[in-house]
Amino acid sequence: MSERTIIPFGPQHPVLPEPIHLDLVVEDEKVIEAIPSIGFIHRGLERLVEKKDYVDYVYVAERICGICSFIHGLTYCMAIEELMKVQVPDRAQYLRLIWSELSRIHSHLLWLGLTADSFGFESMFMQSWRLREYILDIIEETTGGRVIFGSAKIGGVRRDIPLAKMDEIMKKMRVYRKDVAALCEQFMKDQTVKHRMRGVGLLSREDAISLGAVGPMLRGSGVAQDIRMTGYSGYDRIGFTPITETAGDCYARCMVRVREMDASFQMIERCVEQMTDGPIEVKVTGNPNGEFFMRSEQPRGEAIYYAKANGTKFLSRLRVRTPTFANIPPLLTALAGCQLADVPVIVLTIDPCISCAER
Amino acid sequence: MATQQIIEISPAELLEKVSAMKAQGQRLVQICCSKLPDRLEVVYSFDQDFTYVSYRLTLADTSTLVPSISKIYGNSFHYENEIHDLYGIQVQGISIDFKGNFYRTALKTPFNCAPEAEVQVPS
Repeated sequence: MSERTIIPFGPQHPVLPEPIHLDLVVEDEKVIEAIPSIGFIHRGLERLVEKKDYVDYVYVAERICGICSFIHGLTYCMAIEELMKVQVPDRAQYLRLIWSELSRIHSHLLWLGLTADSFGFESMFMQSWRLREYILDIIEETTGGRVIFGSAKIGGVRRDIPLAKMDEIMKKMRVYRKDVAALCEQFMKDQTVKHRMRGVGLLSREDAISLGAVGPMLRGSGVAQDIRMTGYSGYDRIGFTPITETAGDCYARCMVRVREMDASFQMIERCVEQMTDGPIEVKVTGNPNGEFFMRSEQPRGEAIYYAKANGTKFLSRLRVRTPTFANIPPLLTALAGCQLADVPVIVLTIDPCISCAER
Repeated sequence: MATQQIIEISPAELLEKVSAMKAQGQRLVQICCSKLPDRLEVVYSFDQDFTYVSYRLTLADTSTLVPSISKIYGNSFHYENEIHDLYGIQVQGISIDFKGNFYRTALKTPFNCAPEAEVQVPS
């Protein structure tokens, strides 16, 4: 047996935008085991709920993550709306869906660039981030923000998108859809990409379920589980079907995200076709009471907001379980047995978001 | 939304109930702790086909030992380390036990400390 060595990976590493540490136990170049360590940037945002009233906390929830900020705010709002039995108007639900899917597209483009960059595909990194800028421009035009949208509120949304603006955006989106599809095709058909990703970082269907994988990590192993299937925020009206791949390797997880981007463009188009004029919010009065687990599908997977309220304006508990936190144990299984050089690629195929995970 | 249910159980029943969930093919979705004025609650949530079932343990304080479920669900170790580090819940037999070093926080058990401890700024 070769001598075992422990190689520290992170918390600062060229492929890691945020700090996570892995102790890699290796024999020669083969990774035998990975032991994670997080907690470098724990912010304690869950406990802020004791000091910010339930209306103001929307702004804190949006700041849990800089990539899926809107969906964080939305999930929090939906949890409170469930507790207060608030019926959100149809137009607000469609607007929420549009901004959620725009978030997914820009998050996946960001991920695509970082993944390409992890094995030196610099031009792909630049091209995907160039396209991401166009999506961010649309987000800015419709919400006023590029990172923090500030559009979700309890009872609806803060802003509407006028019809003329919607038409203008859809014209641009049709062009961007083709550009993104062409870029993704180039990435997925590239021989180097296939060589680096096929058969690497395997996670079986059984392991994905038993280790609690979520999002593309779960669907890349053949499990058709996507919280959008529950039909929250108008997903039930636009004919949503989850995207799955069966290989369970890095390539399959990439393929899920690539296909999800195209599906997001389609969903936005269907949303715009179905939307009718109407109110974008309802007035919410009183304080929440009871407890509820609200779930949503972020770009990285299922997020859970557990809200426990006691009839006052301050919640007694808010728990946020983010997708990256859930995907850490499956990542350890995917890393076991891989080559040391493949570690950055495998880590990036879970699309880690550590600020999310540590809240 | 899909249905959800919270069932109260005692710490002694935990392993048996969780084993039954595993046998049914349920996915462990999350474990969380809540500090209320007179008690602590630990909730274990499971999901299968969007049916969401949670088991809740009610603890008077942190002196009660809670068995680890990491031998049943391998992914529970980081949830269990989290409730230990943030609330001081004593979980016995975690497969990867960070022994209080999972989160690097300025205060010990920051989600379960006295209010006067919170305002002290570490030098």
